[in-house]
Order: sequence, then C-alpha cells, then structure tokens
Amino acid sequence: MAIEYARPGRVRPAPENFLSDTDIESVQNGRRDFIRKAFVTASAAMVVPAVAKAQSAGDPAILNLPEWTTSLGMPVATHPYGMPSQYERGLVRRESPGLTRVGGSSVSFTPLQGLFGIITPSGLHFERHHQGWHDIDPARHRLMINGLVKTEAVYTMDDIMRLPSVSRIHFIECGANTGMEWGNVAVPTVQYTHGMIACSEFTGVPLKLILDMCGADYKKGRFVLAEGADGSSMTRTIPMELIESGEVLVAYGQNGEMLRPENGYPLRLVVPGVQGVSWVKWLRRIEVGDMPYGTKDEAIHYIDLMPDGLHRQYTSTQEVKSVITTPSGGQILLDKGFHNISGIAWSGRGKIERVDVSVDGGINWMPARLETPVLSKAITRFNVDWTWDGKPAILQSRAVDETGHVQPSYGQLRAVRGTSSIYHNNAIQSWRLAESGEVSNVQVL
Amino acid sequence: MSRFSKTLIGLMVAGTATAVFAFDRYENIGRPATPAEVAAWDIDVRPDLVGLPEGSGNVDDGMDLWETHCASCHGVFGESNEVFTPLVGGTRADDIETGRVAALIDQSFPQRTTMMKVPTISTLFDYIRRAMPWTSPKSLSDDEVYAILAYMLNLADLVPADFELSHENIAEIQERLPNRNGMTTDHGMWPGASAAEGGIGNGGTPDVQNVICMENCKTTVEIVSALPDYAQDAHGNLAEQHRGVGPVRGVPTGPQPEEGAAPAEQSSAAAVLAIANGKGCMACHGLANKIVGPGYNEIEAKYKDRPDAETYLIGKVKSGGSGVWGSIPMPPQGHVTDEEAQALVQWIMSGAKAQ
Repeated sequence: MAIEYARPGRVRPAPENFLSDTDIESVQNGRRDFIRKAFVTASAAMVVPAVAKAQSAGDPAILNLPEWTTSLGMPVATHPYGMPSQYERGLVRRESPGLTRVGGSSVSFTPLQGLFGIITPSGLHFERHHQGWHDIDPARHRLMINGLVKTEAVYTMDDIMRLPSVSRIHFIECGANTGMEWGNVAVPTVQYTHGMIACSEFTGVPLKLILDMCGADYKKGRFVLAEGADGSSMTRTIPMELIESGEVLVAYGQNGEMLRPENGYPLRLVVPGVQGVSWVKWLRRIEVGDMPYGTKDEAIHYIDLMPDGLHRQYTSTQEVKSVITTPSGGQILLDKGFHNISGIAWSGRGKIERVDVSVDGGINWMPARLETPVLSKAITRFNVDWTWDGKPAILQSRAVDETGHVQPSYGQLRAVRGTSSIYHNNAIQSWRLAESGEVSNVQVL
Repeated sequence: MSRFSKTLIGLMVAGTATAVFAFDRYENIGRPATPAEVAAWDIDVRPDLVGLPEGSGNVDDGMDLWETHCASCHGVFGESNEVFTPLVGGTRADDIETGRVAALIDQSFPQRTTMMKVPTISTLFDYIRRAMPWTSPKSLSDDEVYAILAYMLNLADLVPADFELSHENIAEIQERLPNRNGMTTDHGMWPGASAAEGGIGNGGTPDVQNVICMENCKTTVEIVSALPDYAQDAHGNLAEQHRGVGPVRGVPTGPQPEEGAAPAEQSSAAAVLAIANGKGCMACHGLANKIVGPGYNEIEAKYKDRPDAETYLIGKVKSGGSGVWGSIPMPPQGHVTDEEAQALVQWIMSGAKAQ
C-alpha cells in the first residue's frame, strides 16, 4: 500500500531511513509504541519542504501531467461486473483474530471506518454463518409454509417474485455486535467494535401476504418459526405481531440486485429492528405455531447472561445505539484544525430522534446534524463540525430514538446487566484522541 | 347472477374458506404442499416435545457414534475447546436438584458449556438432528440422535451408563436438566406482545435508560479501560485497513511490509489452501501445527518416503481413518471431491505452503 499523496499534513508516508539503528533495535525488541512516535515525528519533518516547494514552483501533481491525462483509458465492459478502485482494496470485510476457531461458524466485519451515508455496499455487508454458506441454485429453492394454516403450501422463486413487492431500507445488526467489549476494551477499530451492522435496501414480499394466502390462524398462531436451507437449517422464533404489521419481508433483493450468497441468496427473512440471527438466510420454511420454539439459537446461544445467573431468553430487539466512525480507533488525524465528526445511529424501535456528540468524554455535549433520509429501523448518518485544537480529547456520541430511549453509558449498562451478557451491548463508545493525532479505543463509565 | 350477489356469496364463503379465496386472488401462484413434503422438512422439536419422532438409543451405542462423528470436534468427553466451546462441564449434582447452574451465579467457571446453559431437552435433540455432524448434517437416523444424546447426558452425569433414551422417557430428563430454571423472559426486548397479552416479556420497556444532559453532566472523566498494545497489533496493519486519502489515515501496527515488496499473487498453493479452508480441513489440521488431527507438516514428514503416499492419503481423506495419530478418528470427508482430495494431498506433500 505504498501510495503517495502530495498533500502536506501530519501524516505522510514514512521516508526512507527514518529509523536509526538504535530505533530499529528497539522495534525488534517489541516496542511498538516507539515506531508510531518515530513515524509521526519523521512525517512532521517532511511538511516543510513540501510546502516550500509548492510555494516556489507549484504542486508536481498539477505541473507534471499524470499518465491518466496523457494516455488512452480502458474500454467499456473491461469489468462486466464493476469493482472498487485498486486504491480502495484495504476497505474489505475482515475477521477478528482469535474470536472463533472455525471459518464456517464465524464472523467477518463491515469496514465502517471507510463508509459514507447509510447504505452498506453489498460486498462489504458483514457475514455471520452458522455452518458455512452455499451459492444456492434458485431454480431448486423452495419456500414451504406449514403449521397453523388452512393450506400448507409450497412456493418457487418464480412464485415469490411474481407477487406484489415492496422495497425498504433497514439496518441489520448481529445481537453480538460490540459483544467483545462488554467487560473491557478488546479490539482496535470501529470495524471490529461495531462492524456487525449493515444497512441495505431490501426488496421482497411481506410475509403477511403469503400467510394470508395460506389462511394462517392468526388467533392461535402467535409465533412463527423461520428455518434456513443451509446445513445448520438455522431456526428462530418471530412474533406474529411484527408479521401482522407488514414489516417482515420475504426478501430476494438487496441494493437493487439479488441478495449475495453470503447474505442468503436467493431468499431471506427481513425482520426490521430485530437482531440479525432472526433474519434467517436461505429461507426454506415458515411454520405458524402457538408457542416459542426454544431453538439452539434461543436456548444455548443468543441468550443474555445477567448478574444473578439467569439468562434472558428471546431477547430480539436491537436498542438505540450510535458510534462515531470518523475519527475512530486506529486512525491518525492529518492535522489540527477543521474536522467533520461523522457517525451512524440506529434503533430497533423506530426512527432516530437526535444524536449528541461530546469531545470531552461526556461532560458537555453538542447536537449533531441528522442527514436525510431518517428512516425507521434504518441507519441514520450524523455529522458535527469541529475544530481540533491539537489537545487530547475523548469523542462520544449518544443517540435518542423516537420512543425517547436514550443510549446508555457503560456505567449505566453494566449496573443492570453486568459484563457477561455477550449480546446487546449498546453502550456509548469512546474514542481517545492523543496530541499525536492518534485515536484509540477506550471506555468511560 | 348480478355482481352484487357474487360479492355477497364471496363474503359469505370467505368466512369459512379463506385459503381458497386467497389463492384465487394471486391466481396460479404457489400450490398446496403434499404430506410427504411437509414430513420431509418439518423437523423441528418444540419445548413441549411436539415434533419429537419415536425412537430410542443407548449410551453404549451413543459412545461409538460419538467417537465416529462427534469427538473430532468436541473431544471424546465433549470437553474439547479446540474447535468449539465445550459441550459438557461446569455443572454439579446440586444443580440437577435446583435446576439452576450455580457456576453461572458466581460466574467463576471460565466458559459456559452447552450443558450449563440449555434449559430444554428438545433443543438438544432438535439441533443434533438438524445440524450435526458438522460436515454432513441430517445424516443421522433418529435412533442415532437418541443414542448420541444419551451419551451426552451420561457425560453430564444426568443418566447412568446403562441408560436407554427414548421418546417415552425423554420428558423425565427434562426434569433433571441442570439449568432448566435458568431462563427469564422478564425483559423489554421481545418485539411482539407482552407476556400479559400472550407473548413474551414486558411489552418493550427498556431496562436501561439514560438522560439527555448537555452541560456539566459530570465532574470527572475516568478512563476505565484502554486497548492493550498486543490487541492493537493482533489485528494486522491498521494502516492497510483504512483509505489512503481523506481526513485520516490508519495507524501502522503489526509487522510492517518490506519496502518495495511486491504484492502476493494468488498462487496455486493459495487456491488449494482455499479448498482446505472451504471444506473445513483447517478446523482440525494446522499448516504447521496439530489441532485435533496432525499438522500438514507432520503428515508430510511421516509419509515423504512412502512411494504410494499420494494414493494412501487420498484414501484417508475420502474414507477417514483412526489410530495413526491418536485416539480421535478422522471422519470420512464425503464432501471433498476426488480432484480436491488429490490437490490437497499433493499440496500437503509439497510443504502445504500458504502462498
């Protein structure tokens, strides 16, 4: 990634020989802090000549015409399915080393540190599989409806895609998002602290419409089991009230194209506001029943341990939460002066009402701008203008949803739920900004 | 008949035969399922044991099945931490009486095993039947599921060694599960009706609330936790995980790439490694370390002078084996094709390079 940019600032590519022999010895002895300090110092030293040169003659990026201005470019359809620029190759889904031991039952995280707006590019949507993923032949995929219905029925993808469809933008967040941070800081960047969230436009058919077709018994059948077609045939219980609201979709579309295989191609459940595990991928069966099903992911996993030793069962709603994505952990600010503090907020109970931002660790707060659109159970982007004076700071964001629920601090959350819950950590995130411009992950009660 | 009459009859019939009219509304979409189709897919078992198939299996048979299908990941006694969180351990005899696992209350036990958490016996039967074994789910007969579950229950000291589990006595085991009283639904995170209205929980009232304070909200800011250096470096080079333009850069961490080093191309070795990852081989074998089975370096060293090593090892991949590297057998890997098995073995015997 040795990409050079002719822009003055605190952070520049490391010049050659910026470490002395003694420094190199220190680094080899494992003193990681030192290399960062030396890097920033050496980089700062580079600023003066760059500016001086710009004043005397001009910016070489302007004076010397680059090859893209002086040669023929690529023809159309060079890449029949377009890909991001080669310069964006660092912004990809990544695993957190040591979190799991088997790739087929693991997580990859969305690179929130590099995303804009509210939509997650489909190729960067986080992954959570329970027994690996498949690329399912849509012609051989079926959806079965059974249980408390007048007519147990089978639908092909042709059938489902002929039905009236809706398109809606919603977030999906894993119940274990930020789960590594319950007890203490564990990971360096927002990709790993909060990257089990994505927001997409989903297209599909309200499940209510299909249950109506089958004559569901809405009086007795207050619980629905959703089941996947993968090896794990993962199952979760969904409340009939949410389905009756029309919000729950049987979806095949994601951001204008079909779902990606890793996200459930060709069919998945969309359960707005509810944790990702309930958005059953590769959906093959819906059963209408009169009691919750106590499935593996409702009785062994996705249960929240409380300080009294009881586990909360059937916790599903993703409560109000936000995080600043720029500046965030593992970043270095280019310079003091103007910065746009930017982040995302969301709530499983509806729209985001407001977001406040603090730069002093939560003593004083200022309201952030909510960028449009502000949609129910979707990510909302917020921004705050800020001039950094070069002094240490602690950045936080605090979201409020339309029900009036205010995102809690770590102190408030732990006072009720302890530190072993794993799931549903929606605490206020703190990023510490040092004088060097380096941002790191810290926790403030 | 007049249009009015048709509507009237339609309304009258709708009350008794909604399904027929609903299908008519979206004509020629969907069809009724056959009983055989429903039976093939409707495999869930509920906490009230609705859906449980008839059958039985004993601890002895379960142990044999366990060693063939389960031990490679979960350990011979369900205690292994190598691949998944342990299944058994952390429960005590008293817990069987109280239905509350004491180690969850003082939170002293380092890991929460399956037997410490599970409140419903239906969950275990349902999950083993639908999702196990790991690489060939749904291949076990119902009797085999009973036997494996019987062995697990014996490991957890819930049933004696001569026990036979069946659909007739499984409800009695429910009354012995150590954490059967360990769940609560008293929370506000069920997005449906409240318990009072036939649903779950309190109807959506949050348990933790903050206030909107804007000025002088506290007097001091105490940092109670910060990222340890090892954790920063454990996630690779953060500089490479950020964009190269914009208001920020990523912090350089971890081992730095050598100046001028060419980016690695996807080699044939990397392609085979992808097969090894994709087929689950790496769950049990490391490139240069033992996990459950031997490391690939150990296999190469052991067989490098054997003339028929390739044929022999392809056979081991396809058909499984036991006794050569220890007591835990390697199950047959039927999901690996002949071509893949050959590529894997050739790659192993040429040093199992990552790139």
